[in-house]
Amino acid sequence: MNLFFAALSKELREQWRTYRFLVVLVVLTLFGLTSPLLAYFTPQILTAVPGAEAFAGLIPPPAVVDAVAQYVKNLSQFAVLFAILLPMGAVAGEKERGTAALVLSKPLPRATFLLAKAAAYLLLFAAGFLLAGLAGYYYTGLLFEFLPLDQWLVMNALLLLYVMVYTALTLLFSTLTRSQALAAGLSFAVLLALGVIGISPALAVYLPAQLVNWSGLLWVEAGKTYWGAVGVSAGLIAAALLAAWLAFRRQEL
Amino acid sequence: MSAIGIENLTKTYGAVRALDGLSLQVAEGSVFGFLGANGAGKTTTIRILTGLARASSGTARVAGVEIGHNGVLARKIGYLPEEPPFYAWMRAQEFLEYTGQLFGLGAAARRQRAEELLRLVGLWEVRRRVIRGFSRGMRQRLGIAQSLVNRPQVLFLDEPASALDPAGRRDVLEMIAGLRGQCTVFMSTHILADVERVCDTVGIIHKGRMARVARQEQLLDAYTAPVFRVEVTANGGSDLSAWAKQISGEAYVEQVRVEENAARIRVRDLDAARRQLLEALARSGLAVERFEVVKPSLEEVFLELVNEEIDR
Repeated sequence: MNLFFAALSKELREQWRTYRFLVVLVVLTLFGLTSPLLAYFTPQILTAVPGAEAFAGLIPPPAVVDAVAQYVKNLSQFAVLFAILLPMGAVAGEKERGTAALVLSKPLPRATFLLAKAAAYLLLFAAGFLLAGLAGYYYTGLLFEFLPLDQWLVMNALLLLYVMVYTALTLLFSTLTRSQALAAGLSFAVLLALGVIGISPALAVYLPAQLVNWSGLLWVEAGKTYWGAVGVSAGLIAAALLAAWLAFRRQEL
Repeated sequence: MSAIGIENLTKTYGAVRALDGLSLQVAEGSVFGFLGANGAGKTTTIRILTGLARASSGTARVAGVEIGHNGVLARKIGYLPEEPPFYAWMRAQEFLEYTGQLFGLGAAARRQRAEELLRLVGLWEVRRRVIRGFSRGMRQRLGIAQSLVNRPQVLFLDEPASALDPAGRRDVLEMIAGLRGQCTVFMSTHILADVERVCDTVGIIHKGRMARVARQEQLLDAYTAPVFRVEVTANGGSDLSAWAKQISGEAYVEQVRVEENAARIRVRDLDAARRQLLEALARSGLAVERFEVVKPSLEEVFLELVNEEIDR
């Protein structure tokens, strides 16, 4: 356990000193903050555009669900980009530079090395969603109405789970290859492939992307649940981390 | 007792045999020079012995522990890779304390150990500087420090001085020499002068096999013929070449090499050479400035052994 905390502490310090922590927090918070603003002011912005005055009457007055939809769309898109671009070098980069060989010649188990990285990204995105969530919650309340906080937290937890699927997959690909670009490319390929599979409505409800839909639907169809998507996403995370460990424990450094 | 025992180790990468039945015993407490040309299998051997790579076949024990990636072995060894990599954003002291954490040292113990090592390698003044700004020599010193955090029983150093300038090399070699008696040092290098300076035992690896293992003095005594050096006045070079050509046919002469105004003569029979070389020189009329028996260098031993291996 001590080794895990030592490795986790190193990962968190690395994220802080290389400004990843700051960038993720600032970008996600900005989107959390601007989403309700954008939903609220879009009709006014459109009427201010020369020539677009005619459309002003066609746009319905903004509602709280528009703010939530904007928040879910922005957060899920940008966070998933971070989930692929940040961990792509987590293992591949360390193997390439040789730091993995140096620290793994010490009594640091390879499973701990990988788990610490996954945990650090979980904490990073959790902190990002927490700040973005608070900013979005406050501004949504200020401009529209204050929504139930517990439901707002569930919405962010679903988005966090969705983002962690791609974090875990990118960690797996980063472990399997020595190229950061290839690791990111493979993750984008999975994102695309799952998008294609999701065309089928019967399958879509079990895919990670359904978590994004569900987080938006929480405010429209409150009672509806998609536990299948939660199970598949959690299973994908566990399977990706397990596969990463199985591959990594046999790799030569 | 052996600190390192290797039995018939092989490692193949596709069709390439990086190690070809390597067997070796390294005595406890020795500073072992693992000598070989580039690509001879030195780094592969170290990577296998430190648990970072797997052997295709064969066995090895380090500090009494079967090799492999396991915590027991890792606790007993230290490892310095060639051009050690670091987390560039970390500070020197921070990296050593992190290494101490990986060895399970408590906060006070790892701070104290980091301080001792930073002073030992001369980095105390820059302990709070980020490693990104370190020179190659400073990185090498930090690399040595991190390899000593756990007071290892066996220390593996992969080409520890090859990338350094002469002053840096001298410092690093002095540090290694200072470890004599504290732990067993297994140092790979292709620089013969480094081995001559610090190692008591030498193993020569060629194409993945051990060509020879012996104490340095024994190796020098056993595998080299005596060498005479004749130096003539600066303008006597052309006459010297003619004389060298003439004596190269003598039965007691094995090889003659002329460099400017000096000749290096390897002989088969020391006594015969002493008598006859002087007579030959007297007859030649060369203006001799120096005539001496020189100690053969490890470089000559190395080349001879490698040539023997090729002939086989």
